[in-house]
Amino acid sequence: MLESYLPLVLLFVLATGFAVFSVSVAPLVGPRRYNRAKLDAYECGIEPSPVPVAGGGRIPVKFYLTGMLFILFDVEVVFMYPYAVAAGGLGVFGLVAVGVFLLAVTIAFVYEWRLGGLDWD
Amino acid sequence: MFQATLGSQDVAQSAVNIPEIDWQAISPVVVVFVAACLSVLVEAFLPRERRWSVQVTLSLLTVVVAGLALGLYVNSDAVVGTGGITVAGQAVPLFSADYPALFLWGTLLALSFGALLLIADRSVDGGAFASPVPPAPGGDPVQYQAPGRQTEVFPLALFALGGMMVFLAANDLLTMFVALEVLSLPLYLMCGLARRRRLISQESAVKYFLLGAFSSAFFLYGLALLYGYAGSVRLVDIAAATAGTDRPETLLYAGFGLLVVGLLFKASIGPFHAWTPDVYQGAPTPVTAFMAACTKVAAFGAILRVLTLAFEASSWEWRGVLWAVAIVSMLIGAVLGLTQTDMKRMIAYSSIAHAGFLLVGAIAMTEDGLSGTMFYLLAYGFTTLAAFGIITLVRDGNGEATHLSQWAGLAKRSPLVAVTFAFLLLALAGIPMTSGFMGKLAVFSAAIADGMAPLVVVALLASAIAAFFYLRVIVLMYFSEPAQDGPTVSVPGAFTTAAITLGVVVTLLLGVLPAFALDWASVGGFVS
Repeated sequence: MLESYLPLVLLFVLATGFAVFSVSVAPLVGPRRYNRAKLDAYECGIEPSPVPVAGGGRIPVKFYLTGMLFILFDVEVVFMYPYAVAAGGLGVFGLVAVGVFLLAVTIAFVYEWRLGGLDWD
Repeated sequence: MFQATLGSQDVAQSAVNIPEIDWQAISPVVVVFVAACLSVLVEAFLPRERRWSVQVTLSLLTVVVAGLALGLYVNSDAVVGTGGITVAGQAVPLFSADYPALFLWGTLLALSFGALLLIADRSVDGGAFASPVPPAPGGDPVQYQAPGRQTEVFPLALFALGGMMVFLAANDLLTMFVALEVLSLPLYLMCGLARRRRLISQESAVKYFLLGAFSSAFFLYGLALLYGYAGSVRLVDIAAATAGTDRPETLLYAGFGLLVVGLLFKASIGPFHAWTPDVYQGAPTPVTAFMAACTKVAAFGAILRVLTLAFEASSWEWRGVLWAVAIVSMLIGAVLGLTQTDMKRMIAYSSIAHAGFLLVGAIAMTEDGLSGTMFYLLAYGFTTLAAFGIITLVRDGNGEATHLSQWAGLAKRSPLVAVTFAFLLLALAGIPMTSGFMGKLAVFSAAIADGMAPLVVVALLASAIAAFFYLRVIVLMYFSEPAQDGPTVSVPGAFTTAAITLGVVVTLLLGVLPAFALDWASVGGFVS
């Protein structure tokens, strides 16, 4: 039975080999031409927004709240899609279960809203 | 083949097996989770100054109502011990309210009631979750935050409690993993909530989080390998797969090993204990009490369930390994406990030693082993809860005075606190007339009956070493001269008094009249 895992092992070996090969060969044969853009912090390809060095280079915590909000809705939708596909078979039980799930997620959202997670300033 | 199984037509139209839910059996868990959600809403809508009292009332009431629901179910006409959430056509519930689960739910509810009392007390310096206002003169300003009192600890505690209750009742590994996260994530946060000694508290939260996330990954990896082995994540299916097949055993052993590492970590068993002293020391003491008492119950409930239901048939393969783990844990706890100079760290090492003793009972794999371990959990939980309660009382200008030297001569200044603490330490050491003795007796006799006499000898040796550092504290309190600028012992508020009294009474009661609790613990085993 373990033989059936052989392709998986080969894939791992191949992947590791490729990673090691690329990382070790690139500095040896690749040209090195630096410019300002290359040395900048990478921020999704846009101009990096300046971070004040004065405050220890800190990032406002509100980004983090927005991130939490994103995860909240993301998780919600991740469960909604499979439910939408299987709603017929799940019947009333499924509807109630999803309802309870949505309620729980909404409570989390209400908490964040009431504590000012949606106010940018 | 893929067309047949993944076609959307099939999924949409095939009726899904609707699980049968025995609502009465799972009502304690439902009560706790509903109350946890309500508690979040209280946090969101009530004005700050009214939150504290509402949250305290709500969470204490929740635990009482859940306890009543549990009592009603156990005494009802229903067939107790087989309920839960059962998928149609399967004999064993997916989420099982069997006798061990019911006993441990009761234990968890009682312990968390005590822990919530400790959390709720604000008579001493406003409680562990209130900032000192104004900051103590000469104190480090970084250690203090803006004034105010945090109430988030209550919803977090309720969610953690709910997660623990699910964790020890889950009969399949995926449910168990979700419950593990539900109980762990609130605990990480609760560790960082201290308003005094903020830095060490946050340090402990980060350490706990990083190591805990790591151990969750171990658990998940083990789960994946076991699924590869058995083709199912349900415990009974894994057990069926281990009974005489030609499946690759490598997957079983690797999966078992990784899974058990995840569980041993949560129960703070050495050599997976490294987080315990730091986290117990850094977390606010009421939270430490909650962690030490309740997390241990939940983790050992899950260990007992997994070992008994899934791996009993293969027990001769792994037993040697867990023997070694138990020995390492007992010795680490006992020997390193000797070298500690901080009270909370000392109790933390004591909890590692106790986890080793508990593991001795858990690997006995007999009915007596099961009931003995569960009794030990009940006894140890209440003793350690009361011990942490006492630690919150001995304070100096900077909050709790946890250094051992500060406890010197405590008996001269506050005899009552000293005698209570001495009693609790004796219970931890396992002196007769305390619950600690009865717990050790139950666990060790089960282990001997199952042919583990050498392990019990090591356990007795470790108990003797550990007894030394408990006695050292007693000697320090009674026979040393008190320091000149020693700590003061605060007069405890009603809540702390209640929690300590609860712990002490149960410790004494289980030591003198253990029979009723042992009977409860041995009513029945896991449903399989």
